[in-house]
Amino acid sequence: MEDDTDASPDWAQPNWKGLGISDPIKSVEDKWLLLPAFLKVKGLVKQHIDSFDYFVNADIKNVVKANAKITSDVDPRFWLKFTDIHIGFPDRNESGVATQQVTPHECRLRDITYSAPIIVTIMYTRGKNIVKRNAQIGRIPIMLRSGKCFLSGRSEEELARMSECPLDPGGYFIVKGTEKVILVQEQLSKNRIIVERDPVKGVVQASCTSSTHGGIKSKTYVVTKKDRIYLRHNSISEDVPIAIALKALGIQSDKEVLLLTAGSDEAYRAIFAANLEDAAKLGVFTRRQALEYVGSRVKVNRGGGGWGGGGGGGAAGKRPAWEEALEALATLVLSHVPVRGLDFRAKAIFVATMTRRVIAAVHDEKMVDDRDYVGNKRLELAGQLLALLFEDLFKTYQSNLKSAIDKVLKKASRTTEYDAFKTMQFMGDHISAGFVRAISTGNWSLKRFRMERAGVTHVLSRLSFIAALGMMTRIASQFEKTRKVSGPRALQPSQWGMLCPSDTPEGEACGLVKNLALMTHITTDVDEEPIVRVAFMLGVEDINLATGAEIYAPHVFVVYVNGTIIGLTRYPARFVAAFRKLRRARRLSEFVSVYINHHQAAVHIASDGGRICRPAVIVEGGVSRVRREHVDLLKANKASFDDFLKLGLVEYLDVNEENDAYIALYESDITPSTTHLEIEPFTLLGAVAGLIPYPHHNQSPRNTYQCAMGKQAIGAIGYNQLRRIDTLLYLSVYPQQPMVKTRTIEMVGYDRLPAGQNAVVAVMAYSGYDIEDALILNKASLDRGYGRCQVFRKNATLIRKYPNGTFDRLADAVLDDSGVPLKKYDIIQGDGLAGVGERVDPGDIFINKQTPTNATDNSFTGHAAAVPYKNTPMSYKAPVAGNIDKVMISDTENEQTLIKVLVRQTRRPELGDKFSSRHGQKGVCGLIVGQEDMPFGDGGVCPDTIMNPHGFPSRMTVGKMIELLAGKAGTLSGSLQYGTAFGGSKVEDMSRILVEHGFSYAGKDMLTSGITGEPMEAYVYFGPIYYQKLKHMVMDKMHARARGPRATLTRQPTEGRSREGGLRLGEMERDCLIGYGATQLLLERLMISSDAFEVAACEGCGLMGRSPGANASAGGGSGGWCTYCKSAKRMATLTIPYAAKLLFQELMAMNVVPRLVLADAGE
Amino acid sequence: MSIDPRRLVGVKAERVTNISSTDFPGHYPGEDHSWDAQKFKQNLKVQVQRVSNRSIDFDLVGVDASIANALRRILLAEVPTIAIEHVYVYDNTTVIQDEVLAHRMGLIPLDVDPDMMTTLLPGDDLTDRNTLVFKVDFECTRNPRPPPGATEPEDLYLNHELLSKHLSWHPEGEQKTYFGNHEPQPTNGDIVLAKLRPGQRVQMDLHAIKSVGKDHAKFSPVATASYRILPHISILKPIPKEHAKKFQQCFAPGVVDIDPTTHAVSINQKFVRNDTVTREVLRHPEFEGYVELSRVRDHFLFNIESESAYEPARLFKESIKVMKAKLATVRASVELLRNPTRSEDVVMGS
Repeated sequence: MEDDTDASPDWAQPNWKGLGISDPIKSVEDKWLLLPAFLKVKGLVKQHIDSFDYFVNADIKNVVKANAKITSDVDPRFWLKFTDIHIGFPDRNESGVATQQVTPHECRLRDITYSAPIIVTIMYTRGKNIVKRNAQIGRIPIMLRSGKCFLSGRSEEELARMSECPLDPGGYFIVKGTEKVILVQEQLSKNRIIVERDPVKGVVQASCTSSTHGGIKSKTYVVTKKDRIYLRHNSISEDVPIAIALKALGIQSDKEVLLLTAGSDEAYRAIFAANLEDAAKLGVFTRRQALEYVGSRVKVNRGGGGWGGGGGGGAAGKRPAWEEALEALATLVLSHVPVRGLDFRAKAIFVATMTRRVIAAVHDEKMVDDRDYVGNKRLELAGQLLALLFEDLFKTYQSNLKSAIDKVLKKASRTTEYDAFKTMQFMGDHISAGFVRAISTGNWSLKRFRMERAGVTHVLSRLSFIAALGMMTRIASQFEKTRKVSGPRALQPSQWGMLCPSDTPEGEACGLVKNLALMTHITTDVDEEPIVRVAFMLGVEDINLATGAEIYAPHVFVVYVNGTIIGLTRYPARFVAAFRKLRRARRLSEFVSVYINHHQAAVHIASDGGRICRPAVIVEGGVSRVRREHVDLLKANKASFDDFLKLGLVEYLDVNEENDAYIALYESDITPSTTHLEIEPFTLLGAVAGLIPYPHHNQSPRNTYQCAMGKQAIGAIGYNQLRRIDTLLYLSVYPQQPMVKTRTIEMVGYDRLPAGQNAVVAVMAYSGYDIEDALILNKASLDRGYGRCQVFRKNATLIRKYPNGTFDRLADAVLDDSGVPLKKYDIIQGDGLAGVGERVDPGDIFINKQTPTNATDNSFTGHAAAVPYKNTPMSYKAPVAGNIDKVMISDTENEQTLIKVLVRQTRRPELGDKFSSRHGQKGVCGLIVGQEDMPFGDGGVCPDTIMNPHGFPSRMTVGKMIELLAGKAGTLSGSLQYGTAFGGSKVEDMSRILVEHGFSYAGKDMLTSGITGEPMEAYVYFGPIYYQKLKHMVMDKMHARARGPRATLTRQPTEGRSREGGLRLGEMERDCLIGYGATQLLLERLMISSDAFEVAACEGCGLMGRSPGANASAGGGSGGWCTYCKSAKRMATLTIPYAAKLLFQELMAMNVVPRLVLADAGE
Repeated sequence: MSIDPRRLVGVKAERVTNISSTDFPGHYPGEDHSWDAQKFKQNLKVQVQRVSNRSIDFDLVGVDASIANALRRILLAEVPTIAIEHVYVYDNTTVIQDEVLAHRMGLIPLDVDPDMMTTLLPGDDLTDRNTLVFKVDFECTRNPRPPPGATEPEDLYLNHELLSKHLSWHPEGEQKTYFGNHEPQPTNGDIVLAKLRPGQRVQMDLHAIKSVGKDHAKFSPVATASYRILPHISILKPIPKEHAKKFQQCFAPGVVDIDPTTHAVSINQKFVRNDTVTREVLRHPEFEGYVELSRVRDHFLFNIESESAYEPARLFKESIKVMKAKLATVRASVELLRNPTRSEDVVMGS
């Protein structure tokens, strides 16, 4: 970047480029352009894609490396090694096709899985030779737009050729034709000490969940119990006094124990002293004694356990207690702290540190950690989950392979030498099936890692573009939804800029399901070896060389890397500054974070995956490092976001490092101590909340409501929307981009895939049909296409081939006597399918399928064509007619013919349809009024929608009012206005535009009533507001019945609209009728109209007998027959609810005799 | 020019006063306001201000709002026009679905004089008097010789846009002679109905019938018909000359005159009709008490934009025709009430 100032000293002149000396320094305009640049590189769902790419390219190799070798129990000379693994590109898992390449869209349409082969390089012994070759061991579903997907790096034209929408974010999988998302999972961070205090029990505990590669997780606690400190671990049956634990870890002298835990602080020593006494009281003085003490309490885990190598059973497995202790301490307790050659020093220091943190918290209540602090959270993404799944599947695969090989090798004599590759080829599809099953059901049940999680994946919601986008940024929490704690649900100050404060569902998942903010990035693992080396290079002293006195000396800071203590530094600030300099110079990954924790006198370096971070502009010496010239380069498309990173102009801050930074919100806020500058304040909102214009003027819950409703809005869902065959698809006929946009809208592409229309709204009362948020709609607007939408519904069927050789078939229309097709077959064409474009009336048949009557008969051996068939057609069930939009005939992976028929309905808004503005203000249409009855302004404009002003005072959606004003100004001046959060077009400017165009500055117009023709007595707030039509439409909900189907068991009317059910007169309604004394109405509602049943009962024994007519000749009498009394004499017929009859019979089945005591009504 | 204050609607900062007329019998004690045809005739004034091909501006003075509004409502909803109502789709392979394309077809304004046709009532047979038939047969193909390097659809393809001018009228029965030179066609030939790509085709028959706007907005003959009432500004005391410029800017251009020499402020009565009544003047405290805004209740500035076969000037007459027919119905009904011996029912709208 050249500087032009040194050429001429024109800055010395009083007027430099038109600016005086006292003029304020021009701030970097259009700094927000960094955001689109960021999104261009990162994309909205880059977290998912990065994570998947990391798994596919790096992590999967680690998994294989960790489980590389198979040996045989039978033949000691045999071995098989997996030397490498790689994943190919998605292809068709079929033979005999022209091209193996498969597009995601084909997978969606054909209900197949978008997956790629997993290919391993194996080396194994064949006879005396060692053979090396590649083998496919299974298939893995590929995340769309990841490095392995055909869509990555394609231009819009190429995507269009593949029927793919360029605005689709990707990041999901296609499994058996359905789009599945693996939601981001929120967890507490691993390998970090969390100190907590239970105020009720007065207990302080430090806990640390250890997790290393290989997935063995264990949680270690250091807890206080009755003023003593203990070490607690799952594998040790009893709490171990901390002094004993430390002694067992090799800190033998009391002095050293004291120094490593309490240090030289007298207060701390006082708290800790008693623990040393305890150890002495228990007679534990030496390491050996301590190990014996611990060892006798270790839960010996044999059986399925892999460690110890024992399992031989009996006396051979029994080891001395101290060995058990050593084993447990080395591998189970704090398993993430490395123990090399039984050197427990590092682990001892870690336990001592935990103890010290507990002591500190006992001493000072404030020294506890916050579980809900975002810096203590890690987000688990698709890549990590798939890595676990793959490891599990791979291990199972290996053990299956091993037993298969053993089986062959066991056979004594073979003619040819054994080739393990052949065995591999007959191994079945365990891995592919495992992936498909896990992703399609969402159940991650991995016994090996004690993991049992359901609901990990969800079907990608394609209701609207925003719904799909919102789903990709969603974070699910591991917290239970039922627990009544507010902490995890509350808004955390540390989530600023990382998680969207508005976008969370209402109700039970409120605050637990979160969404990422616009510029959030989630890290993937970065190798920590080089980081440790760099730290030592920068002067960190190795922790193993330090004593307690040194560690806790004043001005000494402990250096942690990913939670593990590596050393000490006396100059933390200098160390951190140098470390950051290296990072900014790109000598370290940009996602490595470093920060000083002054409370703990510690420097933390983190490089683990799952941290949430975001970019910020670096400020040095009170000046932003991003300057005009940089932004100009960006504008000219000569620099990308990565260039900014490389130049050290911006950097990523994770939540912890953010605490070490002083971030200015605006450039004018920069002071000499400022370290960073926000790129743009509105990025603290997420993609969904970003649609709201002027959200900073709204009451906050309204923004949350809009975040929920924006996902239900009907609009465009993708450029390929008309090529998709989804189960249910809502599309708007004439979607419009909003008059009042936001920067976020432009960046996520909502202006290209909008879901709503700019309606001219008059805020006034009209007719009384607008109470309770109801809206009045203009009939002429509806005639002209306002709010018109289409509903597409998929109907799919398979034309099966059955194992017995028979098959389904499609048949011609059924003809009546005169040879004309029956009415309900009238759209069936020669191929047995309805013609595209035909109107389907309710009850019409559109797939005339026939199934052989003996399809399940496996003994059938006859001629398949001569089999009798029964009709199994698919008929149209909706209450209103639709049109056949598409008919697709294809076949699935297992060569069954698949037929999909898409039926379309076009709907115009009607009474009761739901609409909403972008401010959480929903309402149903209460009345449709002709244009002539609508009020009109001086220019003749009449509203599309009338909204009742009562919607405003209690909701306080001032943003909506400003949207109207800005929208009106925009329409008058012919420009789109911006309502970007914390910015956007100013009300003052909007008012000026209005006045310039001859309107009142306040946006209120003088209207004339369309009914009386006289002017209205009040001025009416009048202008365009973007309205969304929501998917809830009366047509899908309205339901009534006079008579209809009944349930088989109880003979009562069925329940629910889908079963054409009755409307229940519930308990509370029943109570009302009882209270009122309307007995006849009760009788009618509860019995006559429901499940009245005539039964013959015996007056003598009180039991129900055989009904008359059922067997009149046998009973003789007309009143039925009592099978108990063997008589027909005293039988009476009475009407009771069938449910009551059932109850009596059920009681009788339980040996309880209900007897009816009968009397005449008159008595 | 002073106006009877009873004719004025008050325009205040936050409300509008005296919106209803008061010249009805019994409102003012001792004054006779009973309706008098002579007086009405004297007061009634219709003056055309501007006529163009598509719109007309005229003043209607001296009628009650109810009359003016009735005419407006009739213009919107009850003056009949011709529009496409039935669409028979033989082939449509465009991305626009059949119903949507049909809906778009319906909204095309047709240049057919509605007087030439009769209304198709439910149950009627289609005849050459009540139905017009249009046909579309349109197929997009590749341009066999596109200009080198072309990327735009208009260069690459032939027939890539289905426009309203591609509807062709097919005369039935006597229609050929009946319509003569004035062939039915869309008023605007350049309305885009669908965009096509090679291989896509639209083939449909369209039946146009006569109906009114209250049935469907496509039958409305106007883009809009509306009125506003004449603004009236009265200066109560002279505006201080330092505020003159600001006062002038509070109104539409030309409404306020400032004398170049004296800086005296006056209202230009000729251009006062151009004022949009922004109430900007009421916003500034320095003009408080200096000016009063109002509008003349019975002076309607009508604006009719025709979007149909009617010439704008004719539309208003048509609306009066419809109104007369309605009145005739009422009259006949009243007559029937008074004299119930007559047996025929009165048919609405005939």
